[in-house]
Amino acid sequence: MPTPDTQARELKFRDPVRARQLAEALAREVSAVGRAPVQVMHVCGSHEQAIARFGLRAAFPRDLQVIMGPGCPVCITDMPEVDEAVALALEGKRVATYGDMLRVPGTSRSLADAQAQGGRVEVVYSVTQAVEIAARSPEDEVVFFATGFETTAVATAAALAAGVPANFSVLSAHKYIPPAMEIVAEMPETRVEGFLAAGHAAAITGSAVFDAFVARHEIPVVIAGFEPLDILAALVKLVELVKDGKADVVNMYPRVVTREGNKPAQAILWKVFRPVGGRWRGIAHIPNGNLRLSDDYAHLDARRRFRIDLSRLWDQAPPALSARCICGDIMAGLKQPSDCLIFGTDCRPETPVGACMVSSEGSCRIWHTYGGMPDLREVRQ
Amino acid sequence: MCLGVPGKVLKVDGLEATVDFFGVRRVLRLDVVDEPVAPGDYVLNHVGFAIRRIPPSEVEETLALFEAVLRYAGAGDLLAADVRGEVAAGRDPSDADP
Repeated sequence: MPTPDTQARELKFRDPVRARQLAEALAREVSAVGRAPVQVMHVCGSHEQAIARFGLRAAFPRDLQVIMGPGCPVCITDMPEVDEAVALALEGKRVATYGDMLRVPGTSRSLADAQAQGGRVEVVYSVTQAVEIAARSPEDEVVFFATGFETTAVATAAALAAGVPANFSVLSAHKYIPPAMEIVAEMPETRVEGFLAAGHAAAITGSAVFDAFVARHEIPVVIAGFEPLDILAALVKLVELVKDGKADVVNMYPRVVTREGNKPAQAILWKVFRPVGGRWRGIAHIPNGNLRLSDDYAHLDARRRFRIDLSRLWDQAPPALSARCICGDIMAGLKQPSDCLIFGTDCRPETPVGACMVSSEGSCRIWHTYGGMPDLREVRQ
Repeated sequence: MCLGVPGKVLKVDGLEATVDFFGVRRVLRLDVVDEPVAPGDYVLNHVGFAIRRIPPSEVEETLALFEAVLRYAGAGDLLAADVRGEVAAGRDPSDADP
């Protein structure tokens, strides 16, 4: 039973009057821009979940397009990175990873396929659980296949800095989002007029991380929370900045994000990791977009500890359907799941063809779960 | 995995804290929290690590979304599953120390 005080919070946050006011303000700002469509991008799977789950697109004006960019860390993990994890599992290493990674396709196989072929793959919710597996099984080499943006990389960094057993190593596929925003902002075909930045990633980096970006690209950035009204309010602000031609960074999630961010977390992140260039699946080569272990932690790098032989993965052709997958174009903001010919037919959550249908943060999985037709039950109740 | 989930600190023990998440108790690591935390504080948990001490004035607003998501979640709700995954990232306090 909800207690009286949680009911009060519910009412506050399902406040239909406030939702309507924000929706009306958004419509006003969009039409005041004076051209259509106004196109903004968010870069966070949790934002897409909230937008789809709460049916927010139905509250957006017709001339506002809110597209999802490369905000799904699982989806942008490149095939060769998955191949490395698969090869290690097939060579007898115990591979621990976050659950969404299990079914993400590599060149010819996923980690789930490796598991079916006898590879030892274990799902963990935290790097700490992977370290515990290594501590319990000193005879096994345990490789943590580490994925996620800077928020998640901080946890991996903290675990390594605290000390890990000798039989533990990391295969890092961690990604750093600010450089990817730079690349997407420069893609001529994407035409992004403003970015909604992810609240929890910015909790680590601070809002100041976007200052240089905004100055260089003259595109506004608004940091948004995950409550439906947070997202609506942030969009009103973002479109207002677009209308006024103001390239500013505005923090609309101050309860979690500060200007300078989490300093201890930044210190540990940049002690353990260094940024290197690398491909993001389906999008582009992103300079400084990949996080690899720094020289001080090189002895814990699975890529240095083991000779990873990928050639054995090339004995099978990739599944024929994968040629029809447009996940990369979706993550670059060029297409939507509904533009895909196999979305919901040959490609479903039970039989995913591409990473966007695998991850809980992938656009295809989110749209498939919550439906293409938005509903307003929770916004206009 | 962009998500962080708020919980209430019940006990602090060095670099670990026992935290209540909507009735589920988990042990979190405090290695990278932005400020010192004490029992009664709320923290944001991401993959088993507290990444932010939530200012007391902001706690109610921060909790509301998560309570609503968990309460109204149907089967297969992705957001609710991610919230539960974040909670499961903490160590079960009934397990012995590793």
